[in-house]
Order: sequence, then structure tokens, then C-alpha cells
Amino acid sequence: MKQNLPTRLIKRLVRLIQPKGSLNRSVWGDLVLMLALLLFGVFSAYPMVFIINNAFKPFNEIFIFPPKLFVRNPTLDNFVDLINLMADSWIPITRYVFNTLFITILGTVGHVILASMAAYPLAKHEFKGVRTLNRIIVYSLMFNATVTAIPGYVIMSGLGLVDTYWAIILPAFAFSLGLYLMKNFMVQIPTLYIESAFIDGASHYQIFWKIVMPLVKPAWLTLTILSFQTLWGATGGQYIYDESLKPLSFALGQIVGGGIGRTGVVAAVSLFMMVVPVTVFLVSQSSIIQTMAHSGIKE
Amino acid sequence: MEHTQPTTLDRKQQRRRDFQKNKPLYVLMAPYFALFFVFTVLPVVASILLSFSYFNMLELPTFAAWDNYRKLFFEDDVFMVAVKNTFMFAIVTGPIGYFAAFLFAWLVNELKPKIRAFMTLVFYAPSISGGAYLIWKLIFSGDVYGYLNATLINWGIITEPVQWLQNPDFIPVIIILVQLWMSLGVSFLAFVAGLQSVDRTLYEAGAVDGIKNRWQELWYITLPSMKPQLMFSAVIQITASLAIAEVAMQVAGFPSVENAGHTVVTHLIYHGTTKFELGYASAIATVLFVVMLGSNLMVQKLLRRVGT
Repeated sequence: MKQNLPTRLIKRLVRLIQPKGSLNRSVWGDLVLMLALLLFGVFSAYPMVFIINNAFKPFNEIFIFPPKLFVRNPTLDNFVDLINLMADSWIPITRYVFNTLFITILGTVGHVILASMAAYPLAKHEFKGVRTLNRIIVYSLMFNATVTAIPGYVIMSGLGLVDTYWAIILPAFAFSLGLYLMKNFMVQIPTLYIESAFIDGASHYQIFWKIVMPLVKPAWLTLTILSFQTLWGATGGQYIYDESLKPLSFALGQIVGGGIGRTGVVAAVSLFMMVVPVTVFLVSQSSIIQTMAHSGIKE
Repeated sequence: MEHTQPTTLDRKQQRRRDFQKNKPLYVLMAPYFALFFVFTVLPVVASILLSFSYFNMLELPTFAAWDNYRKLFFEDDVFMVAVKNTFMFAIVTGPIGYFAAFLFAWLVNELKPKIRAFMTLVFYAPSISGGAYLIWKLIFSGDVYGYLNATLINWGIITEPVQWLQNPDFIPVIIILVQLWMSLGVSFLAFVAGLQSVDRTLYEAGAVDGIKNRWQELWYITLPSMKPQLMFSAVIQITASLAIAEVAMQVAGFPSVENAGHTVVTHLIYHGTTKFELGYASAIATVLFVVMLGSNLMVQKLLRRVGT
């Protein structure tokens, strides 16, 4: 069958981004779907491109009319301004950065370790209560922490954790999504490994640390990025009132509140907020995809 | 292995031996579940209990029976606005976010591996970038330097800058837009992963069995093999869509103009942390909890039928 020119052209185009040998594909369908992908890709990327460009724009380019998306004479002025701006204020920017890094790193490491420890018995052993615990974890995915914010505050203040990093870190240790994913990933480790180690005289602790943990490395990374995602954006909201303990997200909100005059500085902070988690994701993407393949809820 | 126990042991001894044998397992789980209990289970229970009380943090709670709920449903007009907004946000961002997550995962899955990795990043990045969504505030800024205003003026579509974030007609639309921008998160990744793990041979077999196009392939092969991911992502998406608050408060302000960005969660925060009516706030939280759990369980039931 002889194909007309546009059809052949589209096929060429599609071949550029699609692997060979996709079955059952009509050319026009390909075109429409690829256009949709492009359109929404632009929607998704636009604010990020905006941030990156504005972060490096000199003052006169930010307020140019008509506005231009791309920077022409990149400069580091905004980053310098950011440091100066915050130097005048009572809390230096480095303090906010430190708070966010501290909360995110400690919270993430603790979460990965505690959730893995709890996931191993739930995934690989039969004992009293295992089903109930697994069910509770699934149910806990069905509501959001905001629901429990009020008694959460009462409990925090009862424990004396208000105005400490721990008010954000300790609940983060026990995120249920992480335990859920880790457990699902561990389920597919062959039970044979564990049983034969047991017969060789290894204890549960040794099995967990020396056999199971190395096998679930992809899941560590997944828990890391998800916990990172939550903690990195945490503003401290109702638990942290002491200015010097507040995280960077909070400071960013304050700077944005300062209005349009600070566009460049806002873009500089946003860029920093964006670059770190995106880099973490970039490095660990394939491991994460591997873990998420086991994310499903089975009956 | 564990089922060949001697019958002479009585139950008590048996239980003790089980516990001894499993002790390390309980030790491993203890730290996580202790925290989980304190910060997740206990607050839910406390919230339900407090919802039947008057409580202001300073005095001990006193019993209020159904008073809080009566006030909430029959006397609080702002709550009704919050409910209306919450459902509107949830009904738009929930399903659209869910389908978008699936659609884009499905499209991304057809790409060559390198391009696939790049596009996955493009779609996923907004949801992991922390406070970066605040940039939308500058895009929609109400003066002539606001990016959207400047662009529209330049194109001659408007002559005066529009106060996007002060106009109750635009506020919900903008909140939904920003929320959708951030909605390709965990569920999107679950879909990308799920699609990659669908057994390739099923498609070849399907082609032999007379599947003609990609839509049939999707409905008869892909969706049924991804049921667990479909259920997981539904949970994540429903929960997130009913809890919209942070974005609403940051983008539209708190309180927002004519409560256009007021949701059940911001209502809860207002009564809990501004007015210190903790009993009342707990009643709001309990209602939300029931709605979230209820809609999740309902959707789970529906999704079990996919492809059957």
C-alpha cells in the first residue's frame, strides 16, 4: 500500500521518539497523542523554565516590557541579593537552609531505617497480628495528616515537642506510605533466602541487616525521594513558631509575600528548592520505578 | 513448617513459645509502630473523642454530645462554603489528576528509554519541588509586572492588569490549575512503573487474538494487568484531592477573598489554631476523615471491577 506524504512524514517523526515495533498503532493516533504529550509537557515545564531563567536575569530584564521568558545576560545578582536581603533580616538565609537540610536528612534517614525494620516482619513472616497491621497501614493511606492536625498539636505540646525540629522529624519517621512500599517490595524476596539463612543459624537481626536490606536497595531510594518530597517542602506550619527554627519553604513564602519587586530573589530561592530534590530523583529514577512496580494494592 | 507443633502443649505455653520465637520481629517493628501509634492512630482516636467536647487547650474538655456536629451542619454557613469548594476542587483535581497521571504514564511508556526518563522527570518534577509552586503567585500577580498580565497586555487582549488572586471568580480556577500542575506525583510513578512491568507477551498474544488498536489493547490487556496500581493510585489521588489546603492558603491567601479558596481543611485550621475551638475543629476533622475513608473504600470497590 502506497502511503501519502503527510502520513510518511508523521511516521518519521514518531520513529524519532518511539522505539520500533509498537503493535497496533495508527499514525493519526500517534500524532494526536504525541501532540498532547508535547502540550502538557510544556505546561508542566513552563514554571520551571520560568524559575531557572528568572533566577539568572538581571534587574532590568525582569521588568522589561513585553516580558521575555529567556534570559539574555545571565548574572548571579539575584543570589547575591538573596544573601544581602536576608543578612539585613534577623535570621540569615543559611539558617533556613540548615533547618531544612537538617530536618530533611535526619527525617529521611530515620524513616528509611525504621520503615525497613518494620517492613521485614510484615512482609516475610506469619505471626499474630500481621494481617491487622498490614490492613491498618493500607487504611492509613486513605486519609491525610491534616485530618489529625488538631489532636496532633495537643499531642505534640503534651510531649513538649512544639518548637523543636522533632515535631516535624518524628512523625516523618512513621510515614505510612514508605512502610507500605517497602513491605510490598520485600514481599517479592524469595523466602528461600531467609529460611536457609535461618537454618544456618542466623538471627532475625542478621537476616534483616545482611540479607534483606542489601536486596531492597531500590526501595531505599524510593522511600528517600518520597520522604524528601514531604520534608523538603515542609513549612513547619503549626508546630514551629520560633523564627530561627523555621525551614526554607517558610522563608520562601515570606519572600514571595514581599511582592513582585523580589521576583529575581524568589526565583533564586525556588531554583534551589527545585534543584535538590530533582537531582536526587534524577540519580535514583530507575530504582524508584523498579520499586513502584510493586506499589499495587492487592486483596 | 510452623504447623507441626506437638499437641501436648497447652495453649498458654504455645503462645509463649511463639512470642519467644518471634520476639526479634516484634523488636524490629516496635520503634516504627510506637511512632505510628502516637502520631497517626492516637490523633484519629483523639479527634473522634474531642469532636464530642468543648475544648480550648486551656481548660479540660467538657462533654458536648452532638453539639459541635449540630452547629457544623445547621448553623455554620462558612462550613457550607468550605464543603462546596472542597468538593469542587476534589471532583475536578481528583479524577483529572488520576486520569492525567495514567494518560501521561501511558504516553511516556511508549517513548524510547532516554526520552522516557526525561519526560518522566518533566512531569514529576513539579510535585517534588517543595515550595517552588509559589512561582505561580508571581505569574498571576495582579499588577502590570505580573507575568500573565504583562503578556496579555502585550498581546492586546486586556488593557488593564487583572487582579487574578483577588477575584473570587479566578481564585478557584487558579488553585485547581496549580494543584493539577503538581498532581503527577506518586501515582504517576506507580503508573509508569506498572506499565513497564506489564508482561510484553500479552500484547503479542492479544494481537494474534484480534486486538485491533491501542484502545482495545489498553482496555483488555493493560488496565486489567495494572489493577493493583490503579487501586493504589486512586487512594493517593483521592486523599490528596480532598485535603487541598496548603496551595489554597499560599496562593489565594488565608483567609481568601470571599472565602473563594476556603476548604474544609482551611476551615479546620481556622477554628483550631485561630479560634482555639478544638472540639469544633475535631468535629470538622472527623467529618473529613469519614468522607476520605468512605470515598476511598467506595472507589476501591468500583476499581475491583475493572476489566472483569
